[in-house]
Amino acid sequence: MSWFNARRRRPVAGYAALLLGLVVVGLVYGAFTRTGGIAQASSPAPSQSDINTGKDLFDANCSSCHGLDAQGTTQAPSLIGAGAAAVDFQMSTGRMPAKEVGAENERKPVTFSAQQIYEIADYVASLGGGPAIPDAQQVSTVGANTALGEELFSTNCAQCHGFAGAGGALTYGKDAPPLTQSTPTQIYEAMLTGPEAMPVFANGSISPSAKRDIIAYIVDTRVEPNPGGFSLGRTGPVTEGLVVFLGGMGFLVIIALWITAKRRDPSTTRTE
Amino acid sequence: MSDMEETGGHAGPAAPYRVIGTPPPSPRLLGPTVVDEDGEVGEVAEAEGSAPVDHVLGLPPDDPRMIAHGKRAEKVVAACFTLAFIAGCGFIAAYIGLGVHTVDKTLRSNLALGTSLAVTLLALGLGMLIWVRHLMPDVEVVEERHELRSEAVDREAFKETFVRGAEYSQVVKRPLVRRTLLLGTLPLVAAPVVLLRDMGPLPGTYLRHTVWSPGRRLLVYGTNTPITPAEFSAPGSMITIVPEGYSDDPEALIKAGVILIKFRPGELDVPTRTQGSTLIGTMNWTVDNIVAYSKICTHIGCPVALYEQTTHHILCPCHQSTFDAATGATVIFGPAARPLPQLPLTTDAQGYLVAKSDFTQPVGPSFWERG
Repeated sequence: MSWFNARRRRPVAGYAALLLGLVVVGLVYGAFTRTGGIAQASSPAPSQSDINTGKDLFDANCSSCHGLDAQGTTQAPSLIGAGAAAVDFQMSTGRMPAKEVGAENERKPVTFSAQQIYEIADYVASLGGGPAIPDAQQVSTVGANTALGEELFSTNCAQCHGFAGAGGALTYGKDAPPLTQSTPTQIYEAMLTGPEAMPVFANGSISPSAKRDIIAYIVDTRVEPNPGGFSLGRTGPVTEGLVVFLGGMGFLVIIALWITAKRRDPSTTRTE
Repeated sequence: MSDMEETGGHAGPAAPYRVIGTPPPSPRLLGPTVVDEDGEVGEVAEAEGSAPVDHVLGLPPDDPRMIAHGKRAEKVVAACFTLAFIAGCGFIAAYIGLGVHTVDKTLRSNLALGTSLAVTLLALGLGMLIWVRHLMPDVEVVEERHELRSEAVDREAFKETFVRGAEYSQVVKRPLVRRTLLLGTLPLVAAPVVLLRDMGPLPGTYLRHTVWSPGRRLLVYGTNTPITPAEFSAPGSMITIVPEGYSDDPEALIKAGVILIKFRPGELDVPTRTQGSTLIGTMNWTVDNIVAYSKICTHIGCPVALYEQTTHHILCPCHQSTFDAATGATVIFGPAARPLPQLPLTTDAQGYLVAKSDFTQPVGPSFWERG
């Protein structure tokens, strides 16, 4: 305790207390906002009762923006023909129900169970078809051609999501999200339905087996080691440049200031 | 270390201006530098009528506090240098001991080598800095620059040697030798000029054409499969396309890359554009609201494929040139000077998408003769 009392009035003590506070807040926040794993059960065949339950859930949670018959309003698009895959993608990533009306919705904790999402998806699918939720077989990466997946990913996906799926900027403040948390099903659904600004990669242009190859590449890059040291989020030269510029250059400036700083003169400080 | 810094020294004897963030110069001169008449820098002399005063604490060097301060700084410097030695040995040990034949081993080796070398160099630098700041006298030393012109005697001697050398070599006396020597070096002088030939030949019409030709099928890049308008019917679709028959020719593919975009009915409106008498963009070159644009940015040639289906923007990631795909890839932002060239599309007898012709204007960035 005497050790602590001797040091608590030092200038550095304030910074240490601030740092400690930030760490504690971060840990507590992390502990409370952990989201559960995303359900991976494949969707059962829809029955009329599922569709009815889905309709009830839709009316309660979605109709205020999308309209009572999912016909769309001035605030949100029509969902007729959007398909079960679009509903499952938007809801299983927590993007829907949206926090606010805007061009983009961020991934956030899921508030519905997988079963409820399937029921709403069945209801929306019953209105006008659209792409279905892929089953486990369709998104399996077993035996997939990762090399072809890399080629397709770098041609069609990497310009927005980054070469390792770390995300990137789009126009007018929008951004392409990182793919680090996406499940294979969600990646498949996103390609099939083109959520938000993302273009559609339907089965006619990217075949189901090519989709599996792309998924295999995305999943594989997550476990690639970093032989160069720190990955810096794998967002490429921008991060590295920022770290060097702010971290490295800032450090060098501080060092240069310290080396060249003239020391206080005791004679002047005494007279003050 | 901080307690050493808190006790200051004095500003140098000649401090006409202040560096921002530093304390004001001291009116007190503690050991002025003496410059002798012959330009030699003199020793730091004692101030008149006072004992030599130290630079760090403002105390005489035999003061017990001064001696303690010096000993402490000496120990810190020695500790830094010892750390540098240990880390340097660690570097050698890591180089010998850690293999690099797998990715994981390379990772460990890089980390060990980088860390040990960084610690060595940092400890050496830190030790030297503390040495300078806490042990050496803090005085500003002025050293005058010497005269650049050589002494007259040396100049005379050189002249003599040169004239004698010319005489001995008989270079003046024997013009045949002199002239053939000059002749012999001439090709070497001309050689660099001749080597400039390798910058040619001029590209001719190479930059004006791609390998697209009438009836050539559009292949999806990667899987190399042809595509029909029916397969590409989902509105908002985008895909990268290459010409059929050039999968082994990367140079041809780089120039001929195309992005294919499908619009909802009524959304696509390509204006009719001409350059001189050449048609460079028209709605007639689209098939079922499918349009094809060159994938090479007209600014400096980066691949443009950040397509947003909601806004129909095509964004170039290099310099943020933004093209509006719905209105013929018009530039709406950024440094690009021209819309992306449009590839004329049609379908063949089997229903596959094919090119109606090559691009009718050069793709990619501007060049001198482009016009």
